[in-house]
Amino acid sequence: MESYDVLVIGGGLAGIRAAIAAAETNPRISVGMVSKVYPMRSHTVSAEGGAAAVLRPEDSYETHAYDTIKGSDYLADQDVVEAFVREAPIEVIQMEHWGCPWSREPDGKISARPFGGMTTWRTCFAADKTGFHMLHTVFQTSLKYEQIHRHDEAFVTKLLIEDSRCVGVVALDQRSGRFDAITAKAVILATGGLGRIYAFTTNGNICTGDGMALAYRAGVGLKDMEMVQFHPTGLPFTGILITEAVRGEGGYLTNKNGERFLKDYVPNKMELGPRDIISRAMVTEFEAGRGFEGPHGKYMNLDVRHLGEEVIDRKLPFMRELGREFVGIDIVHEPIPVRPVMHYMMGGVDADISGATPVAGLYAAGECANVGLNGGNRLGSNSLSECLVFGAASGRAAAEYASSAKPVTANPVDAMLWDEARRVESAYLEKTGGDERIGTIREEMQRDMDAGAGVFRTKEGLGKLTDQLGGLRERFERIKIEDSSRTFNTELTAALELDFMLEVSQTIVASALAREESRGAHARRDFPERNDEKFLKHTVAVKRPDGRPSLEYRDVRITNFKPQARTY
Amino acid sequence: MAEKRITIQATRYDPDKDSAPRLQSYDIPFPDESMVVLDALNYIKSHVDGSLSYRWSCRMGICGSCGMMVNGTPKLTCSAFLRDYWPRPVIVQPLNNFPIIRDLVIDMEDFMHKLKSIKPWIIRKQELPLGAGEHRQSTAQIDEFRQFSQCINCMLCYAACPVYGLNNEFLGPAAIALARRYNLDSRDEGLTKRLPMIADSEGVWECSFVGECSVVCPKGVDPAKAIQQTKLDTTMRFVLPFGNRE
Repeated sequence: MESYDVLVIGGGLAGIRAAIAAAETNPRISVGMVSKVYPMRSHTVSAEGGAAAVLRPEDSYETHAYDTIKGSDYLADQDVVEAFVREAPIEVIQMEHWGCPWSREPDGKISARPFGGMTTWRTCFAADKTGFHMLHTVFQTSLKYEQIHRHDEAFVTKLLIEDSRCVGVVALDQRSGRFDAITAKAVILATGGLGRIYAFTTNGNICTGDGMALAYRAGVGLKDMEMVQFHPTGLPFTGILITEAVRGEGGYLTNKNGERFLKDYVPNKMELGPRDIISRAMVTEFEAGRGFEGPHGKYMNLDVRHLGEEVIDRKLPFMRELGREFVGIDIVHEPIPVRPVMHYMMGGVDADISGATPVAGLYAAGECANVGLNGGNRLGSNSLSECLVFGAASGRAAAEYASSAKPVTANPVDAMLWDEARRVESAYLEKTGGDERIGTIREEMQRDMDAGAGVFRTKEGLGKLTDQLGGLRERFERIKIEDSSRTFNTELTAALELDFMLEVSQTIVASALAREESRGAHARRDFPERNDEKFLKHTVAVKRPDGRPSLEYRDVRITNFKPQARTY
Repeated sequence: MAEKRITIQATRYDPDKDSAPRLQSYDIPFPDESMVVLDALNYIKSHVDGSLSYRWSCRMGICGSCGMMVNGTPKLTCSAFLRDYWPRPVIVQPLNNFPIIRDLVIDMEDFMHKLKSIKPWIIRKQELPLGAGEHRQSTAQIDEFRQFSQCINCMLCYAACPVYGLNNEFLGPAAIALARRYNLDSRDEGLTKRLPMIADSEGVWECSFVGECSVVCPKGVDPAKAIQQTKLDTTMRFVLPFGNRE
């Protein structure tokens, strides 16, 4: 049985940053890192546009905080935002010291570009592969810490909870098929998002909400799960992300009449409006018949032709590559077809400013967490910074907790390992019969989520979705498992992931149904106005004994920015 | 009109059951010209045979997971279009030169050790304190190492490398390119710490400069160039005993 002081689940930007922070907080402690993929495969790699940080003298913490809070439609916890904006520049500099190839100004300083919802240039970038460069930088840097020990391609199936304290995990080693108990005095969840519950998403195959489901099943609430971000510019068919930096650098969004239609929605910001509002504007235009019709549905044009080849090659080279590879166009000469695509989960594991959850010894950071930063709508380029700031904060907090925590006792852990291994073996590996394909249930869930919990929601649509998810859960009990091998059984992991996705989907739908207002990314056609009197509150979904979510509400922490109408 | 279809032949191998890898044939619909080899594998796994195993994630050519041999050439399957192969069958096999764990899943632990061995992090005699801000770096200085920093660790270059195929002690294209990435970074002072690893007999001298690595790289990295430059660096240090030692 492997045992660590601090165990990080997830090998993306937040997880690795947490592991390094833990190792640096106390060099004598041991740090484990479990990831279901090799860390450099983590979905951070697909982030493109940049990381927000106040680095220029003409910028200020107050403006970054205000932009973030207004962007959140006042659902962000303002003390958390204020702390975040102060830490972000330090973390961006730290990344620079570790070798991140940030794009530079002529004087050699880190450059910045404009981004949606930000009033000034503060998005630091490494061309248009910022996430890729940050992930590889932080992963390669982590290799110099001998006290960080990795378990690559190990899939966590359960959190070990003993006397209301998290003491480790059960993980399936994919290569050997063996179940291991990996114990730790403190555990950090950094498992990323859940985009794969939707059909049309920018998210990679691995984004299946694992950490959220693990925490939820261990009794931790999931906060603000109705807040699902739709990015305005995904490529039709694949859902591949076309970065907001395309608009940051001056690209235009036009409808089939050739109009920059955002003049009717966000006249003062135009293409640099926040994602939730632009996505709604696009869907509204589609419904009014002003979208283009393509082989893969309606779309708008994203046009960078006027920027010229030199700017495109210097600042958006990956976009040109994606256009060539996946659409067969050269964006220097042709507009890019785009439409709104599920992109990011604002909601997540209920965690405080240091990543601590209500369960002792359990922390969460990055997209899987909700520390109160993003509220109803995350501003583009705040999430890479969030991974750094709250990854580091949770790593430090977990290391400090572990330094004084009692050791984990082996006896109950062995019993819990045995129970969990038996559960998975009998439910999946030894399962006979069954007539439902995993792929079919997953595709139906994805289509149903797209239809019922998309850019616009209604009571009827969400009600129907509740029933559909209930039906899929019943059918999941009858799945057919064709692969009984112990070696790299990806049908088993697909089943475990689908189980997690069905679990977290329910919390999204229940939270969305109960929020009878429109705020941030949560737009109810039947309740089009924001209602601060009733809903200036976080939703917290907690798993009831019968398996369904019950909802609690918690006040938003307001410090210096009184809620106002959100217009751009 | 009859539904358009395509045949995929994929390697199947389960070490618990099979003595050797074999090809299994799947005839599947090909309804959309935008489909890639990875879409075909996903169709098979979802609708035909749930036991087919392979790695994938981002399906946009940046995570590096889905490299396989496609009709004998190392490719990212997320950007290998079926239309380029149809109507002939597409043969999908695990990347050459690696042990197979299962089906299309290769064992890349060897690379993970090699990556660490070249110390792929910034090494400085004295760390700059965080409060001092960033190192100044010009765009020209970034251009020195930019292409070598684009490596996604997809392993296509190892699958194409004849030297690695014969001797897996060879450090290999990606690891040498990444060592070069740090050696060329104006913030780094670790050249002398990395050279022993890359200059030893299983290092750069093994490369016969076939250049296949650079041809198959999906990200425009030129590992062959990195290897030649490293040879030059190493030679200069032996020839000029009092030369540039740092």
